[in-house]
Amino acid sequence: MTTTARGPAITVRGITKSYKDLPVLRGVDFDVAAGSIFALLGSNGAGKTTLVRILSTLLKANTGTATVHGFDVSSAPGEVRRSISLTGQFAAVDEVLTGRENLILVAKLRHLKNPRAIADDMLARFSLTDAGNRRAGTYSGGMRRRLDIAMSLVGNPPVVFLDEPTTGLDPQARIEVWQTVKHLAKDGTTILLTTQYLDEAEQLADRIAILHKGTIIQNGTLAELKRLLPSATVEYVEKQPTLEDVFLTLVGQTAGEQSR
Amino acid sequence: MTTHVLSDTATLTGRSLRHILRSPDTIITTAVTPVALMLLFVYVLGGAINTGSDGSYINYMLPGILLITIASGIAYTAYRLFLDMQGGIFERFQSMPIPRPSVLWAHVLTSLVANLASLVIVTGVALIMGFRTGASVADWLAVAGILALFTLALTWVAVIAGLSAKTVDGASAFSYPLIFLPFISSAFVPTDSMPGPVAWFADNQPVTSIVNTLRALFAQQPVGNDIWIALAWCAGLLLAAYAAATAIYRKRIS
Repeated sequence: MTTTARGPAITVRGITKSYKDLPVLRGVDFDVAAGSIFALLGSNGAGKTTLVRILSTLLKANTGTATVHGFDVSSAPGEVRRSISLTGQFAAVDEVLTGRENLILVAKLRHLKNPRAIADDMLARFSLTDAGNRRAGTYSGGMRRRLDIAMSLVGNPPVVFLDEPTTGLDPQARIEVWQTVKHLAKDGTTILLTTQYLDEAEQLADRIAILHKGTIIQNGTLAELKRLLPSATVEYVEKQPTLEDVFLTLVGQTAGEQSR
Repeated sequence: MTTHVLSDTATLTGRSLRHILRSPDTIITTAVTPVALMLLFVYVLGGAINTGSDGSYINYMLPGILLITIASGIAYTAYRLFLDMQGGIFERFQSMPIPRPSVLWAHVLTSLVANLASLVIVTGVALIMGFRTGASVADWLAVAGILALFTLALTWVAVIAGLSAKTVDGASAFSYPLIFLPFISSAFVPTDSMPGPVAWFADNQPVTSIVNTLRALFAQQPVGNDIWIALAWCAGLLLAAYAAATAIYRKRIS
């Protein structure tokens, strides 16, 4: 599972998808370099989730091809599933099971040795050790999301899809997710995340593609995207703390890696 | 991928069995209605019912009660399957290298275990209420086998309901007609006491042949043709429901 594919980790060529007469994707092309963070930015209904579902083999495209970790999503879905993990928009945890049991379940389904040790390790990594024996149904939104992502990372899949990973989270939980994503990328995991938050893409992504009405209208690094607009004019503005700064200071959370 | 079918099914079955252990009320509520019906029929209505056989009325009606137990128990399979699909856990499983049939089979095997537990409770209450049988071990095994086959067949019907339901209520409502079916059969009164068309329906619907077979096994009488008709109904229903459920499943996940 740790072998890296040669070339891009994800290639998408001419993918289209319609639901009945309603076209959702009208020909999408992009590559994601191995070990990078790629953000798919778009408003609601732009087709982000549909694209992620196609890349994670949950949905078949009408036309076009896509490969993940070197495997074609339609002809080798089993190989793709072995190489990826998906964290969907809604936390995919079993609420009846405890946090630990959820992690053990995934470790067993990935046929890893020592599922218990892996679960304990993941609980520690995601600061859930104390809550490990509580039912996931009792977790807060942030804890649930952390457990969700921890479950996705069991077995260290080389490619990780995060579909709107911070939607509905409070600012602290959001920063925790961001830090997790950065750590993952540092360890060589390829990450494709979708988001509707511009600052999230700006914070995390090596490359940003803007998906609008079913096609990629721009694709580049943050610097490249910024260059699309006329060069900045120098203005003197009093530096005000953002509301986020204020909030985080008041609740005693250090912004940590968040500093810009 | 095929090498993991059994171990993955076992892992997922362990998961849903844990759900049942953590909400044992699903077993209890499954048993409550049949037990209440049993009390009603034995202590209120039974005195006025002439079954034409000499055994006690509870001996006569227990087979039908057992089928009602199963018909109400399988609704939980539809319910649990529906909740899995509502939450993200179903998609997580689909995006993992798990053999596709394992996800459904786990729910079906769990249904077998849960219904067995409910059947044991109901049979236990029946014994307290005076149910007696001289059935041998082989007879009991035959009874258990037929009940298991019936559970399996109805559970796959429940899978169809769970996969295609739009709401939680819809996922479990399908079982009401199934619970009602034993009432228009030989389960509580002999069919020849019914008016012509009703008797015809009762004689030719699956419950009657199954009830007659179980009753004969409990009473150590020859099962005759009924057992083959019962097995044919169960097997036919099982195959049809299984085919339909897997077709719907494949459509949903592609």
